[in-house]
Amino acid sequence: MMGSEVAFGFDSPPEIEEMESLALSDSPSTVSSLPAAISASSDGDLFISPPSALHFPLSSTASGDGGDPAPSTASSFLDPPSYADIVFSPFDSQNGDDDNGADNGSMLRRDSSPRSTRAARSDYLKISVSDPNKEQETVNSLVPGGGTYFTYLITSQMRFGSAANGDGESEPVEFSVRRRFRDVVTLANRLAEGYRGFCIPPRPDKSVVESQVMQKNEFVEQRRSALEKYLWRLAEHPVIGMSDELRVFLQAKGKLPLPTTTDVASRMLDGAVRLPKQLFGAAAQVAPQEVVQPAKGGRDLLRIFKELKQAVTIEWGGVKPLLVEEDKEFLAKKEKMQDLELQLSTASQQAEALVNAQQDVGETMGEMGLAFIKLAKFETDQGIYNSQRIRATDTKNVATAAVKASRLYRELNAQTVKHLDTLHEYLGLMLAVNNAFSERASALLTVQTLMSDLTTLNIRIDKLEAASSKIFGGDRSRLRKVEELRETIKVTEDAKSCAIREYERIKENNRNELDRLDQERKDDFLSMLKGFVINQVGYSEKVANVWATVAEETSSYARGNS
Amino acid sequence: MIPPQEIGPPKSSSQSPRSPSGAPFLSISVTDPVKLGNGVQAYISYRVITKTNLPEFQGPEKIVIRRYSDFVWLHDKLADKYKGIFIPPLPEKSAVEKFRFSAEFIEMRRQALDIFVNRIASHPELKQSEDLKTFLEEDEEAMERIRSFETGIFKKPADLLQMFKDVQTKVTDVVLGKEKPVEETDPEYEKLKHYIFGLEDHLTETQKQAVRLVKRHRELGQSLSEFGKAIKLLGACEGDSLGKVFAELGSKSELLSIKLQKEAHNLLMNFEEPLKDYVRCVQSIKDSFSHRANAFRLHCELTETTKLKEINLEKLNLMRSDKTREAEIEYRELKAESEEATRRFETIIKRMNEEIVRFQEQKTAEMGLAFHLFAKGQAKLANDIADAWRSVLTKIEAYSLSSGHD
Repeated sequence: MMGSEVAFGFDSPPEIEEMESLALSDSPSTVSSLPAAISASSDGDLFISPPSALHFPLSSTASGDGGDPAPSTASSFLDPPSYADIVFSPFDSQNGDDDNGADNGSMLRRDSSPRSTRAARSDYLKISVSDPNKEQETVNSLVPGGGTYFTYLITSQMRFGSAANGDGESEPVEFSVRRRFRDVVTLANRLAEGYRGFCIPPRPDKSVVESQVMQKNEFVEQRRSALEKYLWRLAEHPVIGMSDELRVFLQAKGKLPLPTTTDVASRMLDGAVRLPKQLFGAAAQVAPQEVVQPAKGGRDLLRIFKELKQAVTIEWGGVKPLLVEEDKEFLAKKEKMQDLELQLSTASQQAEALVNAQQDVGETMGEMGLAFIKLAKFETDQGIYNSQRIRATDTKNVATAAVKASRLYRELNAQTVKHLDTLHEYLGLMLAVNNAFSERASALLTVQTLMSDLTTLNIRIDKLEAASSKIFGGDRSRLRKVEELRETIKVTEDAKSCAIREYERIKENNRNELDRLDQERKDDFLSMLKGFVINQVGYSEKVANVWATVAEETSSYARGNS
Repeated sequence: MIPPQEIGPPKSSSQSPRSPSGAPFLSISVTDPVKLGNGVQAYISYRVITKTNLPEFQGPEKIVIRRYSDFVWLHDKLADKYKGIFIPPLPEKSAVEKFRFSAEFIEMRRQALDIFVNRIASHPELKQSEDLKTFLEEDEEAMERIRSFETGIFKKPADLLQMFKDVQTKVTDVVLGKEKPVEETDPEYEKLKHYIFGLEDHLTETQKQAVRLVKRHRELGQSLSEFGKAIKLLGACEGDSLGKVFAELGSKSELLSIKLQKEAHNLLMNFEEPLKDYVRCVQSIKDSFSHRANAFRLHCELTETTKLKEINLEKLNLMRSDKTREAEIEYRELKAESEEATRRFETIIKRMNEEIVRFQEQKTAEMGLAFHLFAKGQAKLANDIADAWRSVLTKIEAYSLSSGHD
């Protein structure tokens, strides 16, 4: 499950327009600018991307002084810093440099959050996906009713290398290519082949949609956003970010020069053609170069069957294979990952529920505020007695406070979504981890199968030699057969060495990736918790102030009452 | 919720029942709800404690046991005898919730009944009623007898007469060709009616939202609790000091969940209930409207009929008929009745005019307090939230420093 595609289901409350138009007499300009920005970009797009400076205030150490601007010493207990001021730094001009509003994710991170530090090491300065364009299929597509597809403009800049522009200055080289989703699938597949054992960020889902559904702006926008996130994650990966596949995808004009994956059906057909030859002797061995890829999904049906049989034998036959996963550390790690996945799933769900509940409180507070405003207006219009006028004023104060609080809740929530999204992201990453593990398992299986093959072959040779030695003068046909088998053994030995090398390589990748993941995860989680908490503190302080004012204004009613 | 009401000029602080100053006071509290009976017949009984120094009462303190139907009795008696006065409203009957008798429901009802009785005790006219004294002083059995007598099939003769009169009026209407009931045309009264109906709509809406807000608080509390648990478990996966940070965050989340539930309750009792009470008060005013309308109609009818009778009498007088004497007696009786009806009607008007001023002032004070408590509660909640998360932040910062993060 791609974390980026989780929808929180925020609907703009119907009275959002009414609330925005309320003249709040003393609202600071910062507070009123935020709702406008949020409501402008909130239609369907849940990941409002104001600059992260908004929610990582205390870690914005761009100047590198390494200290938190807010005091974190013991004195903070006596006079808690007002995070409210820091949290509400106004929007940068970030939101201004859009083209047609679709490009709202240039993914520039100017703060020093862990993500931004990693991003700073990437070869790429910027990647953006924009301008979805409907195009006509030139070849008859297999999918009935199809014939149209969308392409996306993918713009990227590399960190190094520059070109002179017209003004005599040099600026980073920018690349622009048009790609369709199919190309992304190709990229993902090539990466999966080339980087076995790595935790490769999972690509966006390939939903089989009818052309009607494809029209929907929402779907296209979701896909655009997901693609952008995906490409950026690839770029951030320390190894994959430097890959040729990615570079080619981002920079090669025209048709994507990566071998496409033919669909499963034709692969099986190809394999079926080979199978008789394999069974009847000729190509009965596995070519060494093929063992570097898993059997599944390949053309070698015989190999698929063999490995399947091997897996079943191990699983059900109780036969101990000649090579097993012995790395205790790995096994412990694997278990830990499984546990982590479980807990992440729960936490992710609860985070979503929390966000919804927060949203609801804000909404209802706002609606109640509006109802009170109407009441106050009614009393003012119809008022005869002084007591009515006083009550109307009190009502209006409470109503205004409620509406203010409602806005603050909504803003808080928008930020909370961003922070807790880390949970969803890592949940999605678990898929990548599982893939890395299964590559390892599959490579192991290949080795085991080959070893088992060798054993079988040796047994056959022994049997043949034994039978042949009983015949006086030797059995020429049998001896010929033995020679053939020895040839096969040689090739198979080569293949086995290859497979073992591949297996070791994947194990190494696993190890490195898990270490990297652990470290990154710790960093990201800490960042998430910190951001979440700072947010809550800041906004709660603001809300408290709003209500404290009203409590003060109405304190005369409390005489004698506690 | 209402401080003990005083009779006479209001003092600046609430009067202690044991005040030696001797100023007259009457303070009532409805307390200690106890569930009695079984199954369908179950009901709640309340202790009603009266503290007073007024001579007309039996003693300085009296405690009686009352149930909801007793309060209803009192309400109906007052409504009948003091037309035009906005009788303090009762909490709803609620046939369904009765079965569940949740602690919250019982508390809400108790609070509402307490307010009800104290409002009567502080109303200049109502507090002098005999029925109030009966309610406050009679023992349980006597109260039960009185109550069942009233609400039984046996109606007082006066009631029967009134019912008959209403029918009579309606018949007269039809006979006289008046299909439409007569209504006042006083523009100020019209304005008042329009105001009250509009007010009811607005208040109902705000009260509905307040109920929802209570629910939202509870839901948020629930999800904070679940979130806290999940975060703790996730932290256990991470282990070591980062895990501790998670655990701290999870604990605080659970703590805040409890605070939210508290605030939800506070919101319900001190904000939503006053709003509901406001709505009930407005509905009580509407009752007064119908009393006034009835009184007006009766007054018109009788005035009309009396006039006709007068004309008839004149005629008979001139004719020197032997029916004259009879007619004169009838006329005099009718005239007395008519004057009584007119007097009743005018009393209602006078009362209503005073009541509306009182109502507005009372509501401003009561809503002011409700607003204050609401704002105070919300401010406290927000501060508690900020404090809780702030403590987590210090832990996070400590962890960051110790593990070399920035």
